[in-house]
Amino acid sequence: MGAGHAHTLYVHEHSLVHRLPPETKVLSAFLFVAVVAITPREAIWAFGAYAAMEAALVGFSRVPVRFVLSRLIAVAPFVVFALFLPFIGAGKNIDLLGFSLSSEGTWAMWNILAKATLGATASILLAATTEVPEIVRGFGRLRIPPVITGIASFMIRYLEVIAGELARMRTAMTARGYDPRWLSQARPIAASAGTLFVRSYERGERVYDAMLSRGYNGVMPALDTRSATTREWLGALALPLLAAAVALIAVTTL
Amino acid sequence: MSAAVEVADLHYTYPDGQSALAGVSFRVMPGERVALLGPNGAGKTTLAHHLNGIRRADRGVVAVGELTLGDDTLGEIRKRVGLVFQNPDDQLFMPTVGEDVAFGPANLGLSGNELEDAVSSGLGAVGANDLRGRVPHHLSGGERRRVALATVLAMNPSILVLDEPTSGLDPAGRRELIGVLQSLDVAQLVITHDLYFALELCSRALIMDEGVIVADGETAGLLSDEQLLSRHRLEMPYRA
Repeated sequence: MGAGHAHTLYVHEHSLVHRLPPETKVLSAFLFVAVVAITPREAIWAFGAYAAMEAALVGFSRVPVRFVLSRLIAVAPFVVFALFLPFIGAGKNIDLLGFSLSSEGTWAMWNILAKATLGATASILLAATTEVPEIVRGFGRLRIPPVITGIASFMIRYLEVIAGELARMRTAMTARGYDPRWLSQARPIAASAGTLFVRSYERGERVYDAMLSRGYNGVMPALDTRSATTREWLGALALPLLAAAVALIAVTTL
Repeated sequence: MSAAVEVADLHYTYPDGQSALAGVSFRVMPGERVALLGPNGAGKTTLAHHLNGIRRADRGVVAVGELTLGDDTLGEIRKRVGLVFQNPDDQLFMPTVGEDVAFGPANLGLSGNELEDAVSSGLGAVGANDLRGRVPHHLSGGERRRVALATVLAMNPSILVLDEPTSGLDPAGRRELIGVLQSLDVAQLVITHDLYFALELCSRALIMDEGVIVADGETAGLLSDEQLLSRHRLEMPYRA
């Protein structure tokens, strides 16, 4: 396991997309999703165009298609809900493959399915080509307040530490014969959540002491001075710009 | 010559009323390596936290070089006293090793090439320049220790205070750490339960118990005084 590449959402590659500065990718993904979201659902061809753009990007960034598809399962819960809409929606009915479906419901289903899938794919591609600390750095360069990016990076830093602590507590419980099956056995879980909270709080204090020791005075030092070049911005923003052009045509020709 | 660190009659009581330091006095000279030994609860870590002003004494004086610890000297003293915490997970809080090592010197106002030099020299001193882009969570125990040390060395301190630096290290990691610490030309106060480590690294040792220094002398001499050791819940590292 190459340390630093161990996050499950990241695909270690050396493509052009991987090399783009994180802030350009974050903004590009955000704008792309926004354009997809405001595209009228009746413009079916436009969604096909978006999907083609994402497919091209997948190829370009050398992220395996299987990887993207397997991560897309995360949107499944929303999709299941959407699948019911044609049967319960109001509006006039249409016949499709022998079923009598609500036309409004079918459009709603299509809208959710298409936009959720395209949006999720964009985030998966962002995460697959940008390591987590880089994404946070990208937010910082996009002038997100340091308090927010600071909280996010501490959370990322300590999430695995705390998860490790939780796993050890569970092992200790199991080792002493704890095997919860009924609700009445939930008490130790609640107690361990409390313990974990207290431990994390105490860790927070120790980390703060360590920060003070190294001269922290309430402001995180600005370690990051690099910024993206115009070329890099253009490269990254090509995607949302192209999508915006498609959306514009879709809106005006409808 | 003024001491690297000098402590006189330091008293500290926890907010819950429990006394932690009950009149601690000692000094460490520049370049000297001193072990601080003692049972659990003796006040060793609390004492360490006083040396760079994370905790402030109820009574007594901490002096670093010619500076006396006070509100006006706090910043300079934190630069000079490099405190390495017991758990590297508390010490390493930035997303990557390189940023973590840069944290201290950047707080001192360094930037650009100066900052870059500080980071390389800190990492270089512990032989960890190759770990720069790594995520702290994915380092081995020994690597974490060395990087934790580098974060402090990058600030170019005049005295290092190490809290249990060998806890959780395997013999090879411990050996590497001894090598690194011996190679550093800076005063060191090393809190440890690892008496072999103390004997190997430090020619002088302090024994602390119940908030006071109860013995101060040559490490080899102290560690062969069986009665003294057993009185303070310590034992001889070997029997001749």
